[in-house]
Amino acid sequence: MNDATLPVPAPARSRRARIGPLAWASAAVLLFWLVAALVGPSLLSDSGGSMGEAAVFAPMSAAHWFGTDFLGRDVFARVVQGTRYTVGVALTATLLASGMGTLLALLAAASGRWIDALLSRAVDTLTSVPGKMFALIMVAAFGSAMPTLVATAALIYLPGAYRIARSLAVNIDAMDYVTVARTRGEGRLYIMLHEILPNIVGPMAADLGLRFVYVVLLLASLSFLGLGVQPPAADWGSLVRENIGALPLGSAAIVMPALAIASLTIAVNLLIDNLPGRSARGER
Amino acid sequence: MNLLILRLALQRVALAAVSLLVVSALVFAITAVLPGDAAQAQLGQDATPETLAALRHQMGLDVPAPVRYGRWLAGLLRGQPGESIVTHTPVADMLASRLPNSLLLAAITVVVAVPLALLLGIGAAMYRGSLFDRIVSSAAVAVVSVPEFLVATLAVLVFAVELHWLPALSYGVSFDSPLKMLRSFAMPVLTLCCVMVAQMMRMTRAAVIDQLKAPYIEMVLLKGATPMRTVLAHALPNAVGPIANAVAMTLSYLLGGVIIVETIFNYPGVASLMVDGVTQRDMPLVQTCAMLFCAAYLLLVTLADICSIVANPRLRYR
Repeated sequence: MNDATLPVPAPARSRRARIGPLAWASAAVLLFWLVAALVGPSLLSDSGGSMGEAAVFAPMSAAHWFGTDFLGRDVFARVVQGTRYTVGVALTATLLASGMGTLLALLAAASGRWIDALLSRAVDTLTSVPGKMFALIMVAAFGSAMPTLVATAALIYLPGAYRIARSLAVNIDAMDYVTVARTRGEGRLYIMLHEILPNIVGPMAADLGLRFVYVVLLLASLSFLGLGVQPPAADWGSLVRENIGALPLGSAAIVMPALAIASLTIAVNLLIDNLPGRSARGER
Repeated sequence: MNLLILRLALQRVALAAVSLLVVSALVFAITAVLPGDAAQAQLGQDATPETLAALRHQMGLDVPAPVRYGRWLAGLLRGQPGESIVTHTPVADMLASRLPNSLLLAAITVVVAVPLALLLGIGAAMYRGSLFDRIVSSAAVAVVSVPEFLVATLAVLVFAVELHWLPALSYGVSFDSPLKMLRSFAMPVLTLCCVMVAQMMRMTRAAVIDQLKAPYIEMVLLKGATPMRTVLAHALPNAVGPIANAVAMTLSYLLGGVIIVETIFNYPGVASLMVDGVTQRDMPLVQTCAMLFCAAYLLLVTLADICSIVANPRLRYR
């Protein structure tokens, strides 16, 4: 029993004013994976396709930094190549979800009650199917080609982005300067893009980061179930699945792809939490 | 007053029923209408028009989609969702053998996870900013931001590979002896609990801290109540609504987690049945499982909604 239980004013506020070392470290991890996704595969001497000369599930060594996988392929090369799928697909899906969500929200806020109600109901319907369930249904119906995966993830995370953007946009829409713009005869598109959008871009960017983490987790889980990215291509989720046989050995082949996922998602979470200014989580 | 609550609760239930109906149309549209002709897909490109027409008639594809939807929905409601394309056994029988396993897994998880999460959440809120709070909160963030299969993999590495306490991958469920039962349930329950406790604990902590910031707590502190009494007697009763809401929301999350956990541990439940169905594109099975999960999900979300209405009088007048 001490003073720690008293509702003291949060000291976190003063810490948030500058960017802490934790945020820098997270940003560095994030940047590393982005660079790996962009130029990584072209820097590799071993394309990760060669097999046979090395032992299966070999431990970490100078020749194979992360050991070898179930076919004797270099795990480091596989992880770097997987970055392209994990980061690339997730980023595309997130941008689509947030972009579409924001645009629809702007339309809902700037239009009359009917369009607003119609859009909101339609989006609510999407949320009444749990995300993973929706993904399973989509994969069962359309297979797991890359465009299907992107569209599925985008559809699942669109409602969340729409709701946040709409609640922000409705508040902006009630501002005097929007009324002024309307009175001077600006069109709906102008109000949406020039009056409301610039004022909700900040919070939506923070939301984009969180949404990216959800999408990465969803796609990794799908691949882990064997329903996501299909072989021979492999994202980090598929790498964990492929090498599940190494689990009883505790081999690097299964630990490293798993660590890659964890490092990416935790880095994004920590970065958003430790950014200066308003915390994205604190608002809700 | 109670009549008002009842009316609002009934309203929510009716809303959930309508949502379920819309969801069923969505599921049917995605699985049965949009992918195109199932008979063509089954026979391949070089099927003769006659066999194609015969199979279409046999599968009931020669009637318009709305009629098929009506028949399908009626079948679901009567408990006869049709036959599996792969095994040719009734889907209802396949589900009946798996459903008790899944419910048992969920029940054990809830019994373990809910008290643990409440204890940790309230504790972390009481000693906010302490070492205990920091450790528990950071661990929760870490668990929430990694996929479930990672938690499962880690659990296997620690408890099976390093400590040798449990078998690495359990095959099937055994009820022969209490020890065997414990061994077959330990890993799946542990993994599900990790994820659920993390989520529930965060929401509980936030709910209690929210109350601790209220002006009336300042009054309680001024009158000299001990911190324990402040939290347990004053803040907690007011946080019950949000906490009940958090528990129900997290339980609905269990539905997603169970898909991964049942698959990774080879647990014979409904979720692993559905994943098999998706892999083999066994549409009747996928549709039925999907509707089962969506119904459970809507039920839990509605329950969460009703909990917050009952606990918070202000929500009753919206």
